[in-house]
Amino acid sequence: MAEQQYDAIVVGSGISGGWAAKELTEKGLKVLMLERGRNIEHIKDYVNADKESWDFPHRGGRTQQMIEDYPVLKRDYPLNETNLDYWCSDKDHPYTETKRFDWFRGYHVGGRSLMWGRQSYRWADMDFEANAKDGIAVDWPVRYKDIEPWYDYVEKFAGISGNRDGIDLLPDGQFLPPMDLTCVEKDVAARIKEIYKGSRHLIIGRTANITVPHQGRPGCQFRNKCWLGCQFGGYFSTQSSTLPAAMATGNLTLRPFSIVTEIKYDKDKKRATGVIVLDAETNKTIEYKAKIIFVNASTLNSTWLLMNSATDVWEGGLGSSSNALGKNLMDHHLGNRAGGTIEGYEDKYTFGRRANGFYIPRFRNINGEKRDYIRGFGYQGGANRAGWGHDVAEVSIGGKYKDALTEPGGWSIGMMGFGEMLPDETNKVTLDKTKKDKWGLNVLNIDCELKDNEIKMRKDILEDAKEMLERAGAKNVQGFEGDGTPGRGIHEMGTARMGRDPKTSVLNGNNQVWDAPNVFVTDGSFMTSANCVNPSLTYMAFTARAAEFAVSELKKGNL
Amino acid sequence: MINRREALSRVAIIMGGTVLGAEAFLTGCKTNTKGVTFSQADIDFLNEVGETILPATDTPGAKAANVGAFMQTMVSDCYEAKDQEIFMKGMAELNAASKKHHNKTFMESTPEERTAFLTELDKEAKEYQKNKKQEDPTHYFTMMKQMTLSGLFTSKIGATEVLRYVAVPGKFEGCVPYTKGEKAWATS
Repeated sequence: MAEQQYDAIVVGSGISGGWAAKELTEKGLKVLMLERGRNIEHIKDYVNADKESWDFPHRGGRTQQMIEDYPVLKRDYPLNETNLDYWCSDKDHPYTETKRFDWFRGYHVGGRSLMWGRQSYRWADMDFEANAKDGIAVDWPVRYKDIEPWYDYVEKFAGISGNRDGIDLLPDGQFLPPMDLTCVEKDVAARIKEIYKGSRHLIIGRTANITVPHQGRPGCQFRNKCWLGCQFGGYFSTQSSTLPAAMATGNLTLRPFSIVTEIKYDKDKKRATGVIVLDAETNKTIEYKAKIIFVNASTLNSTWLLMNSATDVWEGGLGSSSNALGKNLMDHHLGNRAGGTIEGYEDKYTFGRRANGFYIPRFRNINGEKRDYIRGFGYQGGANRAGWGHDVAEVSIGGKYKDALTEPGGWSIGMMGFGEMLPDETNKVTLDKTKKDKWGLNVLNIDCELKDNEIKMRKDILEDAKEMLERAGAKNVQGFEGDGTPGRGIHEMGTARMGRDPKTSVLNGNNQVWDAPNVFVTDGSFMTSANCVNPSLTYMAFTARAAEFAVSELKKGNL
Repeated sequence: MINRREALSRVAIIMGGTVLGAEAFLTGCKTNTKGVTFSQADIDFLNEVGETILPATDTPGAKAANVGAFMQTMVSDCYEAKDQEIFMKGMAELNAASKKHHNKTFMESTPEERTAFLTELDKEAKEYQKNKKQEDPTHYFTMMKQMTLSGLFTSKIGATEVLRYVAVPGKFEGCVPYTKGEKAWATS
């Protein structure tokens, strides 16, 4: 067993791992970043980024072979022909489901930062206080004032475009210029403001697409091809942003094909000493040592790693001295949506392809309102003019039909809810010791479902969407009850939560494992509650904050 | 992640009434493909069906985009076995219906006869689609028509010569003037 020593090890290279590597290397630490999958080099390896619809034999669709090969991914839109290489093989990476959980994963350098939705919203004080006020789960050990400067910090580097809307419950950030709303969206926004007397807002999405050149990246070209990888560095990813910064320090070693199977733990010193890596290609085992370990393997895999570590001290693994490891799995529940048509605006159109939409921030259960559920939801949507898919009256075959189809159709508007899911200790992951993957590693079992609070909320998501669209002037409004199965939000969170008490939380307020202060977990697993906004910006902020704390503690000799 | 926005625009498409195979991309295919074989004559035939649905006008038609070959690819790779069977049988059924309609096979027919016949067949297919139970199969002509539209409009010729396409727009403007007659963008 070869041995190698670093100052810090970062497990995982997605959004939070990339940030950890950048921050730690910039502070002078020699860092090893371990990634279980292959490398994808910025630009060079975005093999489909320049392809057009006609370059794909199935024009982006899915074949029967793909459906057979991807029994999980096929459950929703991610299974497609254009970026199939960015999703991990379901067959090589099995998991078991006590209840159905759609787990969509990217196992390669950059992780899901290559395919993410890029919507980036701050949490407000209300969100950090929610658990304490509602008397559920445990209190966040952090408040907005603690994280606010770190939101500033990560936004400035990552590049978030957005409008300063001045909404208390959705704090403004350090924004690059916002993208444009369409004419219909602008008018609907004005009507919503008037109808709801300023208590509801329709704003342009805040997105990690850069609308002006930023940090050496040329910027968004409005091709709407983000998830193929972007040669213009138009959106934040590990590859476009944090990895080059970390590499530039000369302090980073990146090792792909490195499955971290265990964090080594010294029970006398109560510190981690390093990690065990299983080389995914050679099946060889290597030990790496470090003073600090950042765990950023994505929520469920980070939890899996903790469960497989220090089992000689705690049977349930590192962090299991609490009652929280593996429990309180959360996602955002999606699917319920509504749409309608908008009359008029025949003399208006759009130019360019905006990889963004509008956002309607949470408006339920605030200012003293009490629904039959707690917390709330936001909507993401868009209003656009139909392309060649629109209906044509009168003719349906022939030249007139074709010519009618080649002109834009009418405007329509649609929006889908993103609802908060409460932490619940019965929503959990465990090691499934009856099933192993091709490396002989036990797989995860997921046992998670929407509970009463979510189910009640979903009614409002559907009804409020319909009502708002109707009142704002949409016609032919239809609601759709979508599939809210957990996992489909691709926002797994909570299975190694932060808290104020080591008995009920895995991490303290600095993302340190209570039982191993030199182990920091800063991916979605630290989330004590889920809120209803897209979470990645919050992971970035907590990661940067934890990295600074870690280095200062290291310098003080506390780690 | 992505293209939840895109998922929404699919909702809009479906709501607009014209169902364009987007749902087949997402959910239509399930299991079990069988090998299907298309002859060159089949592809020529499908190109003529496509050309009748979307003919060359002052811009190229479906045949120029070789929608026949596109249908071959899609049916072979993406359709499940039961839909493959309906599609393959559908080619013969279309001919039989053509004979019944005006005593000629589709390929023997004049462009005017083809248009008149497919206009009627399209009505029949729409009526069937409207009334069918969910588990009933899709009408073969609905399949052909959907793939004619997507085959042309997502092809290079369709996107760049029939519609408008700018590979690298460089900006987004949410509200620009539009004059009737201007082409739609190939993708939005």
